[in-house]
This record gives sequence, structure tokens and C-alpha cells, in this order.
Amino acid sequence: MPAWHDVGAVTDIPERGSRRVATAQGDVAVFRTSDGQVFALVDRCPHKHGPLSQGIVHGHGVTCPLHSWVIDLKTGHPTGADAGKGCTPVVPVRVQDGRVLLAQPVMAD
Amino acid sequence: MTKEKLVVIGNGMAGCRAVEEILKRDPSRYEISIFGAEPRVNYNRIMLSPVLAGEKTFDDIVINDEAWYRDNGITLHAGRWVTGVDLEGRKVIAEGGLEVAYDKLILATGSDPFRLPLPGADLSGVVTFRDLDDVDAMIAASAKPGARAVVIGGGLLGLEAAYGLARRGMGATVVHLMDVLMERQLDESAGYLLREALLERGVETVLGAHSEAIVGEDGKVTGLKLKDGRTLPCDILVMAVGIRPNAALAKTAGLQVNRGVIVDDAMRTSDPAVFSVGECVEHRGNCYGLVAPIWDMCRALAEELTDGAGAYAGSVLSTRLKVSGVDVFSAGKFAGGEGCEDIVFRDAGRGVYKRVVIEDGKVAGAVLFGDAADGGWYFDLMKAGTDVADIRDTIIFGQAITEGLSGLDPSAAVAAMPDTQEICGCNGVCKGAITSAITTQGLTSLDDVRAVTKASASCGSCTPLVEQVIRATLGDGFKAQTGPKPMCKCTHHPHGVVREAILAQDLKSMPAVMQAMEWTTPDGCASCRPALNYYLLCAWPGEYKDDSQSRFINERVHANIQKDGTYSVVPRMWGGMTTPDELRAIADVADKYAIPSVKVTGGQRIDLLGVKKDDLPAVWADLNAAGMVSGHAYAKGLRTVKTCVGSDWCRFGTQDSTGLGIKLEKFMWGSWAPAKVKLAVSGCPRNCAESTCKDIGVICVDSGYEIHVGGAAGLHIQGTQLLTKVATEEEAIQLISAVMQMYREGGWYLERIYKWMARVGLDTIRAATVEDLDNRAALFARFVKSQETAQVDPWAERASKGVEAGEFKPMATLPMGMAAE
Repeated sequence: MPAWHDVGAVTDIPERGSRRVATAQGDVAVFRTSDGQVFALVDRCPHKHGPLSQGIVHGHGVTCPLHSWVIDLKTGHPTGADAGKGCTPVVPVRVQDGRVLLAQPVMAD
Repeated sequence: MTKEKLVVIGNGMAGCRAVEEILKRDPSRYEISIFGAEPRVNYNRIMLSPVLAGEKTFDDIVINDEAWYRDNGITLHAGRWVTGVDLEGRKVIAEGGLEVAYDKLILATGSDPFRLPLPGADLSGVVTFRDLDDVDAMIAASAKPGARAVVIGGGLLGLEAAYGLARRGMGATVVHLMDVLMERQLDESAGYLLREALLERGVETVLGAHSEAIVGEDGKVTGLKLKDGRTLPCDILVMAVGIRPNAALAKTAGLQVNRGVIVDDAMRTSDPAVFSVGECVEHRGNCYGLVAPIWDMCRALAEELTDGAGAYAGSVLSTRLKVSGVDVFSAGKFAGGEGCEDIVFRDAGRGVYKRVVIEDGKVAGAVLFGDAADGGWYFDLMKAGTDVADIRDTIIFGQAITEGLSGLDPSAAVAAMPDTQEICGCNGVCKGAITSAITTQGLTSLDDVRAVTKASASCGSCTPLVEQVIRATLGDGFKAQTGPKPMCKCTHHPHGVVREAILAQDLKSMPAVMQAMEWTTPDGCASCRPALNYYLLCAWPGEYKDDSQSRFINERVHANIQKDGTYSVVPRMWGGMTTPDELRAIADVADKYAIPSVKVTGGQRIDLLGVKKDDLPAVWADLNAAGMVSGHAYAKGLRTVKTCVGSDWCRFGTQDSTGLGIKLEKFMWGSWAPAKVKLAVSGCPRNCAESTCKDIGVICVDSGYEIHVGGAAGLHIQGTQLLTKVATEEEAIQLISAVMQMYREGGWYLERIYKWMARVGLDTIRAATVEDLDNRAALFARFVKSQETAQVDPWAERASKGVEAGEFKPMATLPMGMAAE
């Protein structure tokens, strides 16, 4: 069972927007979509490692700021013309009482 | 044989419904008594909204009158509080020491409205919306002329309360914590429409509002104070922020209780003789606050208590709002999700928005606004798990159309439509009119059909259907659509049509545009959102609130993102001029923040490259302190005015090109445009400032100023064309501003001036800005108006005024790495 780490309030993330969580292994991008759902991905596009937290959030996708790849927030997979070209790791996230919880950090190898 | 004794605690909807269901199955099995806390008979609590609104009376909503209790031999203990349950001795203890023995006990204690623990919550005039006493208090408050009400909570109940109060003649304001009304049932598009519909009915809404305190005088409420400092005056304040299961009695008695009274699928609590139904129940981890699940529970309980086997498996929920003339329906995964597909239909004319969510070939949810007639049908399909792959293409049009065409593929369905079937609602064009136009006039394309019949020529939402009709009529002879390309995949409208509609229909927000122009996605995409944001900003300067989440990152953080995720910072240098003090400040900033690269740009600026996002506000603060502001090197808007030294220094200079460049830049900075705009002013025809490859260029000559337009030196190389020559600096500034404004109002997003000019023609631009002086003055005036609110240094706002503070630092820092899947 993973433990969970409180990283802030859901309302700290703008709707249709994203915020970063800094970790020892690099940033995690936490997204809030227009329907109020929260997603988390490693903050790195599978294409040229653009910071997805800086992209435009629409539906359940984010458009990477560097070359406009559209990444599915739930799966981390690129969509549309870039489908099948790599994948951004998904970070387990959940919302409890308005707080955003990320899965408890694991020690880096 | 003596009857078994059944005691029900709770004379509300659940308790009485459970009794009804039992009587229906076995009328003579039990000797029944019911305890109710309210001193009245059983009534339909969910119909309190129409009572408040004056659309029904209390008598209308009574479910079971006194005769019902009498005829069924039920003993009603109305207004009698139950103080305890003796599980061991199987008896209920009520106020005044009354004890009633039971063989089977049903707890139907319902729920309590949640009261926010705000200061002042105990003032007189602060009520919830739960029972008839609350309604009576609200009606009494509305009797005072000019009385105002504030409702905290923009959910189902809060909105119904506010609507009811408005119907009673009160000014009603709903204060909602979230940015969307009924966000648990509606997406943003439907929430927007609901907000507009409520406004028409006299209910104002304040979204994203945090309540701070309830204020009052002489023990009576006078207003609600918000965290942003505003106070909303009111004579009555209604809290409608949710309910919590009332499980206190069960807990005291020693039953297993979590959020609610825990029951199994037979509605049995942890004591085998005690059952529970309704809003007090927690079943498989769920607590319910709607009526449909209660009916499901009561049926299961009645089965169990009449020799059957109760099997309640949880409820799938749907919601309807009870506000007259506002049709709202929501069910299931209305907001979509992974693996879901959205089918969206908007009819701007009728104010309709429908979204059906399909998952694995089945309906997973729906949200309907304006026309909810098919809500029940979608809900049935959803609950039954019906495979809808075959009706995928028509499902959004509802049951009548879909079943009329069932079993046919879409093209066959269109072929099978009668000639009298209306295809284009805007222009009243039937299928027969289209097919006969095609065959008699030899039409082969959508444009032809549009021109001849007007089908799909207005809102365009029937375009796919019209294409189907053409295809069905012509087969392979059909030519696919040509003409202006749609803005993006979210809409079939091109940029120009959307821009015109924003002005013509007074569309002032993104949801308004998406509804009126019948967007097919719920919140647009990375392509249309920045475009719409610009169009709205341009159309309604000072009025439209910029949506930073619809801006590309560079414009959101006012710096240019680089390949490694760092940013570049370019301070403004008016006309390309700088000073030793500015250069020293730039050097200090570069040292202080270990900025790796300092570069001179083509637009006569200095670029600091490799700045970490977290450092941006501090870098800006230092540059601001030295008098520098954002150079907007990231903007779809005015970037640089490049100049040569002109008559100040140059032996060939004919005019003060540097001075004019600085004046232009000081006048025009901060203006947003469809794409980047670069200017230059050269002091003589030798053109050292390269004016003839800029968007707008000035070449000074002895007798005045040549104004050139439409150059480019990027992806395309293109020399400018001469627009005209003017005599004075003042006229040059006015004309250039007018051209800029014409481009701002007519250009398509991301369309540079040279492309816009190729599209509309230099002659058109000349006629509008050179020949028609009144029009030039009007364009200039609109530009000036737009600049009134545009010229705010975005760096200063973020460096020292705390704007978007959360943007620049991580929301949290964790010492270790994260568990990525």
C-alpha cells in the first residue's frame, strides 16, 4: 500500500492549468482539468523533454510548450499524430478533502 | 396470532416509503408505528423548492395525510423525539419516557444540513433549506419590500432556494466556492448557460467566492462578508452547502456507524433486527442525497421484510434541477475521462447544450442543458449498459430521431429520411429541397448547395448532415468541402465568422462563444483557446478578463521558454536606445542570477538567456528597479521598434528617426495583436533600420514620412509595400496606429500582417486608413481606448504586486523522488 504525501490544495492549481512539485528526481507536473479532476505526470514530454507543466490544458490532455505534442493526462501517452511515440510516466495522485496527495516518495536507486 | 411489531424512526420520505413498500407486499404482517420529529404528516421534501417559489402549496406536497395512517392502522408519534434505542431489550425510548417495543426496527433518520462554522452563523435570519420551517422563515423574510437574500452554495439545493426567493420578489445572490455552478453535475459549458439562465430569472451568482463572516446588527443578519473584502447585504442568509447523514441515534445505540449507518445489501445494520434506509445510510461506502436511491433502498428493504431477499446493489445517479423553464439533466461520468469519447451538440438559437459520454461502446454519462427531454433515455441506456455503437451517429439527436432510423447505417439512415425531414433548422430547408436542387441544377459540392438552398449557411451545425444528403444523392460525384478552413477541430467555423459573431452577438466570454458558435468540445483546445482569448480581448478592451490558462506559456509568464525549460528575458529599450545605467543593471542581474548567456537581438535589444523560472520575479524586480519594463519579446503583439540614429548623428539623416521610433514604441507598447508585430524607422532611404522587411516600416525623407506595410523576414522573405506618405510625425503615428488597429480587428490569430494584407488587399487597407479620414480617426480612437488598459508592465505586477504568485515556484518540494508508475 502506498502512503500519500500532501502537496497542497486543489485550489492551488488553476483550473485548466498546472503546477510543479519539485522532487529529488525532478519535477512532477500536477494538473487540474475543467471538470475538476486532478492528474499528475513526470514533468517531461517524451519528445524533447519539454516541461508539460507549462503547457495549455484542454479536456484531459496537455499540449507541450516546446513542439505542441498533446499528452493524455491519465495515461501519459502522446495522442493524435504522435500516438505510440514513447510515454511520460504517470504519478499516482488522489484528492482528499480538497487536498492533493501524491504517492509517498520512494528512495531513488 | 399476534402481529410482529415494526417501528420506524423517521416520518420522512424514506421512512414512509419503506412502510408503503411493505404494505404493498404484505398489508397485514406488521403492527406499525412511526416516530417523526416534525409535528406534521409526511410530505415530499424535494418539492419544498416549488413551495418556496410559490408554485405549489404545502397541501400539494403532502404524500400521506392523516387518513393514510389511520386506514393502515399506523400509530404516528409526530413531533416526538426518540432519545434512545435499547438493542438488547428491543425497544425504542422517546421523549417523556415513552417506550415502544419492536421486533423489527427501521432507522430512517435522514440527514442534517451542514452549517458552515462561520462567525455570525448563529444570527437570526441564518437558515438552512431542509424543512417547512426553513421555507416559512424564507417566505416571511421575502415579505419586506426590497428584501435581499444571499445563498451560500451553488449546488442543486442552493440554486433552487435562490430561484424560489427571487420568485418571491427578493434580490437573490448565490455565493459559490467553485468556479462552476453545480460542478458535481455540470461541466463548464452547461454551468455557464445555467448562470445566464439564472441571471434572467433574477438570481445573481458570485463564483470562486470564499465566505469570511456573517455580519449582523442587533442579533439579526445584515450581510455576508467575503474574503475579497466585499460585503453582500442581505435580510436572510441561506446555507445550502451540503448534508451529512444523521447517524447519531444509531451510534449512541451501539450500531456500526462510519459516515452513515452501515448497512448490507438487505439494508440490515450490524444488529440483525435493525434496518436502515435513506440519507442516514452508508452502503458499500456510499452515502446518497437524492431521492432515486432512497426508492431503490426502500424496495430492497421491503423485499427483505416480507419473506423475499433484499438485494440493493447501489444506485446510479441522475440529477434534474427544479427551476421553471431551465431544463438541466446530468448523470454518470458527465465529464468524460480516460477512454471516453465525447459527443457534443450545441444549438445556439435554442440555447441547447448536450454532451453524451461514450465509453467502451456504452453511454457512460450525459449532461443536457436547454433540452433535457432525452435525459431519461440516456439514463436508461446507461443503466442497462446497452451497446450504442450502432446508434453512435444519431444518439446525440435523441430517442425519436435515433429510433426512427434504427438499424440503418448513417448514410442509409439519411437516404431513408423522408423528403419532408428538416435538415437545416436555421433556414428551414428540408431534405427534398436539397436533393431536388442537386439533381435539377447539377450541384456537386457543399458550397454549391449552400449557395443555392442556404442549407447549413447560417450556424453551420447541420453541415455533416447536409454532406450526408449530398453524398447519398450523388454517390462518388460528391466533392468534399472547400472554402475557408475551420479554426480547429473543435468547430466548423473559420476565424472570420467567429470574430464577426463575437461582435454581432455581443459574446463576451469564452463559454459564450463556444455555445453560440456550437463548439464540439467542452473546453476547446490549445489551438482555439489562445485565439478566442485574443479575439475577446480585442473586441472588449477593459471589459473581458484575460484567461491566462488560455495563453501560450510565453505570454502566461512573460518570458520565452527555451529548449531546456529555462526562460529568456528581454527588457524594453525604447527605439533601441539604452544608457550606461541600464547596461550596468543588466550586467548586475546577469551576475547575480548566474545567467549563462547575454545576447544582442535583431530587434536592437539585449536578451538574457537561461533564466530559471523560479528566478523570473526577482530578475524582473531588479530590472524594474533600474527603470526597465518588459520588452514583450514573447508577445503576439507589439515587440520592437528598430531605429537608426537619424538626424541626431547621421550626416544623411533627414528626420529624427530615433525620436519617432521611441514615440511610436511608447505609444504602442503593450498592445496585443493576432501575431507578433515589428516596426522600424529609418532616417533616410538608405534604410539602415531595415524598415522594408518589417510588419510596418517608416522611411524618412526630406518632405516627410513614407509608411510601408506588410514586410517579413522570417519563414517568408517579403518586401513591404508603400501605403502612403505623410507630412508630420503626428500623422505618421496616427496612421500607423490605425493600420495596427485594423489588423488587430481583422487579422486571424497567428496571421502576420503580410498574410493579412495578402488576404484583404493593400487597396482595402489604403481605402480604410488613408482615403477615409473619418474611418482612420475611428480606428485610432479604438486603438487609444484599447491601450488605456493594455499598458501595464506585466513584470512589475508579478515582481512586486504578487500577481500569479503561485506560477513561479513549485507548489511543494519533496525531499525524495516520486513513485512513478
